[in-house]
Amino acid sequence: MILDSKIPPGAMADKWTDYGFNMKLVNPANKRKHKVIVVGTGLAGASAAASLAEKGYNVHAFTFQDSPRRAHSIAAQGGINAAKNYPGDGDSIHRLFYDTVKGGDFRAREANVHRLAEISLKIIDHCVALGVPFAREYGGLLDNRSFGGAQVSRTFYARGQTGQQLLLGAYQSLMRQVGEGQVKLHTRREMLDVVLVDGVARGIIVRDLVTGRLERHEADAVILATGGYGRVFYLSTNAAGCNVTAAWRAHKRGAAFANPCFTQIHPTCVPVAGDHQSKLTLMSESLRNDGRVWVPRTAGDKRPPHDIPEAERFYFLEEKYPSFGNLVPRDVASRNAKQVCDAGLGVGESGLSVYLDFSDAIKRLGEGKIREKYGNLFHMYDKITDENPYQVPMRIYPAVHYTMGGLWVDYNLMSTIPGLHVLGEANFSDHGANRLGASALMQGLADGYFVISQTLGHYLASTSLPKVTTDHAAFAEAEHDAKAHIDRLLAVKGNVPAVEFHRRLGKVLWEHCGMARNEAGLKLALQEIPKIRADFWNNVSVTGAGGDLNIALEEAGRVADFLEFGELMVRDALTRKESCGGHFREESQTPENEALRDDENFCHVAAWEFTGVDSEPILHKEPLAFEEVHLTQRSYK
Amino acid sequence: MNFKLRLWRQKDRTSPGSFQEVEAHGISPDMSFLEMLDEVNNDMIRAGSEPVAFESDCREGICGTCSLVVEGLPHGPDKGTTVCQLFMRRFLDGQTISVEPWRAKAFPILKDLVADRAAFDDIIAAGGFISAKTGSAPDANGLPVPKKDADTAMDAAACIGCGACVAACPNASAMLFVAAKVSHLGHLPQGQPERERRVVRMVSKMDEAGFGNCSNRYECEAACPKEISVEHIARMNRDYGVSSLFGSERVRAEGGAG
Ligand SMILES: Cc1cc2nc3c(=O)[nH]c(=O)nc-3n(C[C@H](O)[C@H](O)[C@H](O)COP(=O)(O)OP(=O)(O)OC[C@H]3O[C@@H](n4cnc5c(N)ncnc54)[C@H](O)[C@@H]3O)c2cc1C
Ligand code: FES
Repeated sequence: MILDSKIPPGAMADKWTDYGFNMKLVNPANKRKHKVIVVGTGLAGASAAASLAEKGYNVHAFTFQDSPRRAHSIAAQGGINAAKNYPGDGDSIHRLFYDTVKGGDFRAREANVHRLAEISLKIIDHCVALGVPFAREYGGLLDNRSFGGAQVSRTFYARGQTGQQLLLGAYQSLMRQVGEGQVKLHTRREMLDVVLVDGVARGIIVRDLVTGRLERHEADAVILATGGYGRVFYLSTNAAGCNVTAAWRAHKRGAAFANPCFTQIHPTCVPVAGDHQSKLTLMSESLRNDGRVWVPRTAGDKRPPHDIPEAERFYFLEEKYPSFGNLVPRDVASRNAKQVCDAGLGVGESGLSVYLDFSDAIKRLGEGKIREKYGNLFHMYDKITDENPYQVPMRIYPAVHYTMGGLWVDYNLMSTIPGLHVLGEANFSDHGANRLGASALMQGLADGYFVISQTLGHYLASTSLPKVTTDHAAFAEAEHDAKAHIDRLLAVKGNVPAVEFHRRLGKVLWEHCGMARNEAGLKLALQEIPKIRADFWNNVSVTGAGGDLNIALEEAGRVADFLEFGELMVRDALTRKESCGGHFREESQTPENEALRDDENFCHVAAWEFTGVDSEPILHKEPLAFEEVHLTQRSYK
Repeated sequence: MNFKLRLWRQKDRTSPGSFQEVEAHGISPDMSFLEMLDEVNNDMIRAGSEPVAFESDCREGICGTCSLVVEGLPHGPDKGTTVCQLFMRRFLDGQTISVEPWRAKAFPILKDLVADRAAFDDIIAAGGFISAKTGSAPDANGLPVPKKDADTAMDAAACIGCGACVAACPNASAMLFVAAKVSHLGHLPQGQPERERRVVRMVSKMDEAGFGNCSNRYECEAACPKEISVEHIARMNRDYGVSSLFGSERVRAEGGAG
């Protein structure tokens, strides 16, 4: 396997523009003849499908949901970054580029990040043209806020529903193309395999989730925009349907999986209440602007929060990081919350939460002001926990939120399988080892609206693609494999629902491959996961039949893939013996117990090649070079 | 807590359905309604029977996937709340709770509690958009939008497309859904060029899809988990009136904005 990043030559700021000029183009009259498959209709997929269709390609879009508007992107709250510098506070493409490379702890490709920063401007222009109702000032111009610890205000937002509004914009453009017959939309279809003809991606196998029928679809190119795999932890802020299935099956066919252990843990989520819980809910990061994080100083102090005097409270972020205080980046805030809970200082019944206290802010600004700023969030918190955060401090705990790892792609967004392109959270992307707030939406839309619509043409124009039909043996074989997998699930006939294996896997990963990791724990996980997998295949119960709408079968199929994928994550974490971004490797820390990166040995992308379910994958490394932003250790002291 | 559930079971689109009575035991008051159903389903799976099919995704009230009629009310008894955000502490221990799918001619039932809402997508495809090609846009601040208009557009755009409005309406009308989109785009300067065409096409598609007429009962607003106001319907009717009187688009004679 060769990892050729295909980064164009030239100065950093000119690469993308120059490359655009050098790319081969598909003749407008020929575009219609190229059929392109887009799997996933979230921000990345919907924007890609819409813009490719506008250019004239014959697009087929697939989603497992009943409508493209349901994709998980809809849940993003905070906002989207762009280097518009409307507030005039010194932002620029270069600064956004710099912040993103540094925020990612120097584990992303500079050229990609620079392109992202350049495109960020166009995204906002386009979204406004589509009718995205971003927040505005009284003068009618767009409002910006600072987000996730950024020193400039570059985040555009639509109340607390930015993801929803951006997705609806892309969805509406997509539906326009559907109405015009440029896109054929296939909803309620789950992709089960990618089909390779002579080593080139030429189609997919999907299951119609209503009839259970397996379908073959051929194309000149396949685009995966199937989102992140955070649900591998079972509990996360991701939607129930988020999965690794499409990416994993592509990996099994030869697409390298990059940095699978790079996951993001968000510090402010509603804590786990019990075993029944199916998901965790994010409380926007903006709360840390006014809330103070604390725990009691003494372990086992069970007094209600008001009865604990000021001197006996441990404001651990403010004490440890006096200059950033409660606004340290996500990874630092999360890790510190875990540390105090591990030391027995945590609050709540489970001891797995810390206070986020607004009483000082309420005293200072008045309850009305706080209600105006955070009313929705407070209401949501109250609904979930039955506690009133105006009166008692909120309790929060970190939760899995985003996955920086994903299928490896080159500068053109093509995976190691020719013809298979990967966009959005599904690729290993531009965020390195830690994603900054408001940058996932930016990347998804950059990939979909602006990058793939150019690079795909270059691929199609420079590749000779013999005609392929779904009668080809490769399609028959892939369909056969997909059917065998389903039959195998139905045949186990055990008595344990799939979700129980999912929860067990999640616990192992959270414990040993979450915010803090060490060699012993990871090795333990590497023994545990195959055991859970074996148990799954002996005892899972999948009731109902394969030939109709079967939610038990859908869930079991996704869990089966997570059980294989989880092992790769752990292996990647074990191999990366450094702390970086969201990952604290206990063996790699500074004397002050801060994360210590190891640039000498790990300044690379780890891309894994599949060799079989029970055999060790092969590690390939793409070295990362930093020409513009100099490698430095992050410090928030 | 314990409950007696009456769950709607239906094999497929064409088979007749009926209620199945199921006991739910040991339910924590902190469970959401859907988590309670998860538990019930897991018990069924353990026992070797087929779980009740229902849909959900985000489970935080934003994706619009969940769609259950609980005790006769779309999304259940809480105001401004999707059923995924409804918690069991809201119910009485021992209560009997009926659970049904959305019911409307335009939303055929696919199985158990899953209805097909593709008609909503068809309505959007007919005109619920602004035609702007990628890459052609002027600078985002080139066209100021009064904050009041932007805010009203956002109020309307908050629609999650769940279809509770249709399920709640005695005529199974989709007026609130259509009006929300017409009003969202119609309040923005970018939406003006297609304003007339949009409303006419969307309304005509709505009629074609088999949704009923609006008879001003306002059940839709009461059921809407995002509390979208029926004022948008009045606004749309004005737009529709103007478009059909003066518009260049032909309006189908039998159709109407109700
Ligand atoms: C609660 C929350 C808040 C967030 N807030 C922000 C924020 O404020 N700013 C920010 O920048 N980012 C935020 N993020 C991250 C961001 O929302 C996501 O990273 C981004 O939206 C992912 O978009 P996507 O298009 O790659 O994938 P998704 O939106 O997840 O879409 C995936 C698509 O793939 C389809 N799919 C998946 N698997 C299959 C399959 N096997 N077959 C067929 N179809 C399939 C799905 O149907 C869906 O259409 C947030 C994330 C969460 C969880
Ligand atoms: S599951 Fe998303 S709104 Fe209920």
